[in-house]
Amino acid sequence: MTSLPAPAKKKLGLVIDLDTCVGCHACAIACKEWNDGGAFGPLADDDPYGADPHGVWFNRVHSYEVQPPAHANAPREVTLDSLMGTAPPDAAGTDMPAPQMVHFPRSCLHCETPDCVTVCPTGASYKRAEDGIVLVDEDKCIGCQLCAWACPYGAREIALPHPKTPASDTGRTDQKRGTMQKCTLCVDRIYNETLDACDRQPACVLACPTHARLFGDLGDPDSNVSKVVAERGGFALMPEFGYQPVNRYLPPRPRRDGSTIAATPTQPAPRAETLDTEKLPPLLRWLDKALSR
Amino acid sequence: MKPALSVIFFTVLSGAGYGVWCLVGAALAAGIYPQDRIDILLPLGFGFVLVTAGLMASTAHLGRPERAWRALTQWRSSWLSREGIAALVAYLPLLMLAYLAWRGAAGTRVLGALLAVCALATIGCTANIYRSLKTIRAWRARQVAPLYFMFACLSGGLWLWAWLASRADTYVSDAFPLALLVLAIVTALIKVDYWRGIDALPAPTAGHATGLEMLGAVRAFEGPVTEESYLTREMAFVLARKHSARLRPIALTLFAAVPALAIAIALPSGAGWLAIVAAAAASGGVLVERWLFFAEARHAVAAFFPRAVP
Repeated sequence: MTSLPAPAKKKLGLVIDLDTCVGCHACAIACKEWNDGGAFGPLADDDPYGADPHGVWFNRVHSYEVQPPAHANAPREVTLDSLMGTAPPDAAGTDMPAPQMVHFPRSCLHCETPDCVTVCPTGASYKRAEDGIVLVDEDKCIGCQLCAWACPYGAREIALPHPKTPASDTGRTDQKRGTMQKCTLCVDRIYNETLDACDRQPACVLACPTHARLFGDLGDPDSNVSKVVAERGGFALMPEFGYQPVNRYLPPRPRRDGSTIAATPTQPAPRAETLDTEKLPPLLRWLDKALSR
Repeated sequence: MKPALSVIFFTVLSGAGYGVWCLVGAALAAGIYPQDRIDILLPLGFGFVLVTAGLMASTAHLGRPERAWRALTQWRSSWLSREGIAALVAYLPLLMLAYLAWRGAAGTRVLGALLAVCALATIGCTANIYRSLKTIRAWRARQVAPLYFMFACLSGGLWLWAWLASRADTYVSDAFPLALLVLAIVTALIKVDYWRGIDALPAPTAGHATGLEMLGAVRAFEGPVTEESYLTREMAFVLARKHSARLRPIALTLFAAVPALAIAIALPSGAGWLAIVAAAAASGGVLVERWLFFAEARHAVAAFFPRAVP
């Protein structure tokens, strides 16, 4: 049934902290590892160690370079690069802060009103009424891919053989899945009573070495995840689509104290570069010349 | 979007087939269609071949075609499901109409009207599959649905005219090819308007997709993997935007200029064979147009990825 259920009170989802994510891809690997043997069958993985691997990942980590805007007396405290202590001096002498890197894990946001469910012609794509998890029934999916087209977040990937697979190989049973796959929020972990209570969390959350991923009920305003979202200004991705994502992203924190960063002598190396060779002793000047050739 | 040949052939072939059915049905309902048995059966049969071939082609797009019947269940929410049902329902008035025409019995007017409605409904469902996807802004354009109807009636109408023009003993009013001539020109104008509209759409940015634009200018530094993935192959298809300047005039020439010229020459000179040229050119032109319809459309998710090819 691909009509959406009545809005549930419980909205299980993830909160991803872009401030502490270091882009190590451990969440993606842990996700692939767990779900490959999970209740929803193996994830497509064609030519995994070859030159052109092709497979399904529920979770993919992007990296973005963010260039904060330049303005007079730029408050350096808002730049993340200064957090890393790697801010080079501005070559042009402007107040352009150095760019910063933000690592960005991307997975299903388990939207409250997603089109990926309603466009499904078979009823394979559905949203659970009890906790809001969006799932695919792989026994009903016909692999039309319309749900993947309807998702702006790239949460769904189809398990098809590599496009370059020779036609003679596409009938192999290990490649014949032909259905859509997506994040299950580790539904086969979080309710799994054979696991210790502390392990009943999505694999990506448990794997994260910096605790950049939090799991909980975003429908409950008193839950830990709701509190941290309120405190840190957690935001939803592309809300204009009206799908009401449940997952939230926490923005990178501003620098604690701008003045100390400006005073921090992080520029010794570049200063050494502006070497006045005329002031060097003759031997060193010759060495510099010889090495500069 | 990756232009999947299965879907392109489905929309082009079935579109032309439904166009034939719609026009024959409407003309029968209006009582202005030739009453000779073969004039009804042959175009309807040709439409049957086109529609059925298109529907078969569409199943090639499915990962599990043997489960296609399941697509008939979710008509409450899914345009794809509605399309499947409409496509099957349209066969009912067609087969009954063909039977009545074969027997020379009465009742073709009502069934003709039913067939026209079913054919239009199926085309409308197809158009709405694309129009309802919020993630692909080009397909949200107001011209998308009208163009699906117009291309179906234009390509189907030209094939119908090609048949009727080949029949020396069947009188065909000049009004039909003249109407097709006007349709070709109007379709071309609306298509050009559509292209102008999608060219003006700003490309979705990584800053907006990630929400990081609040911190500054965002550049996708690294994708999640070094190789292509399903998402980049399917949604971040960039080949067409490189070639669209060349393909658009080709499409316009084939689906509008050649048929219009053929009609303008064939009417005074009576060279009926030109109708076949017009129909074949139009179908080829719609094929190019449909390829561009997919290939030029940008999917929102492409914004997450580093630009592959400019």
